[in-house]
Amino acid sequence: MSTNPEMEALISQKLDELLPKKLEALLQEREESRTPSMTIIATKGTLDWGYPPFILASTAAALGWDVTVFFTFYGLQLVKKDISDLKVSPLGNPGMPMKMPFGPDWFKSINWNIPNVVQANIPGFEAVATGLMQQTIKNNGVAGLAELRELSQEAGVKFVVCQMTVELFGFDHADFIDGMDYVGAASFLPVAQKAEVNLFI
Amino acid sequence: MNFDKELDARGLNCPLPILRAKKALGELTTGQILRIIATDPGSVKDFAAFAKQTGNELLSSAENNKEFEFYIKRK
Repeated sequence: MSTNPEMEALISQKLDELLPKKLEALLQEREESRTPSMTIIATKGTLDWGYPPFILASTAAALGWDVTVFFTFYGLQLVKKDISDLKVSPLGNPGMPMKMPFGPDWFKSINWNIPNVVQANIPGFEAVATGLMQQTIKNNGVAGLAELRELSQEAGVKFVVCQMTVELFGFDHADFIDGMDYVGAASFLPVAQKAEVNLFI
Repeated sequence: MNFDKELDARGLNCPLPILRAKKALGELTTGQILRIIATDPGSVKDFAAFAKQTGNELLSSAENNKEFEFYIKRK
């Protein structure tokens, strides 16, 4: 086959001009049509730590993302049928302010710095702290945990549960809400691999 | 501004205004407008981000008297 150097040079030049533009347009189109996805590993089972997984999952779903939450270890507490008994404790948690959700402003602004050794020895201290937290949540127009969980499921967030920890802690599937899959790490990881956002909470 | 549906998100905190807005938009048809009133100061940036990500157009975002008013057009 005979070649025409001039023709070749012209084609090469044209391709150099057109290809980057074309590629960029294709990539942008692909980027825009792609559904973002997120996976969350929920490992904590207290009232305070129950919020981040459900807030992020429900919000991501509202943004149109595909979301999967993997509940494992103490995170199993978050998918029990009744989560109204979840507790929060300031004991050993120096980051948690202890403020009263009632009374005049000057009173509400006091941070009750109660030493751990005292907290640990007052019977029912955890129940009182939990009650105060629940009141604070209500006062601030923050959603209840059960409501956020329901909104997440309604919005299509997928809940998967670590079967190993269900057995480890002596739970039964009947203890948990419906609409969840019971799986192992091998089922979760391929989902996480495809997601752009992976959180461990 | 005219609107087809109104969402009162006053007193609600993150992420409820966004979740309720998403639901309300779902009940509208393309081109219809949702008016939202909120008191959460975080909602100003949140609704801008929500609109950008979901493709629903944020027509206006205003503050008066510690209340925030948003108009969003359904995609």
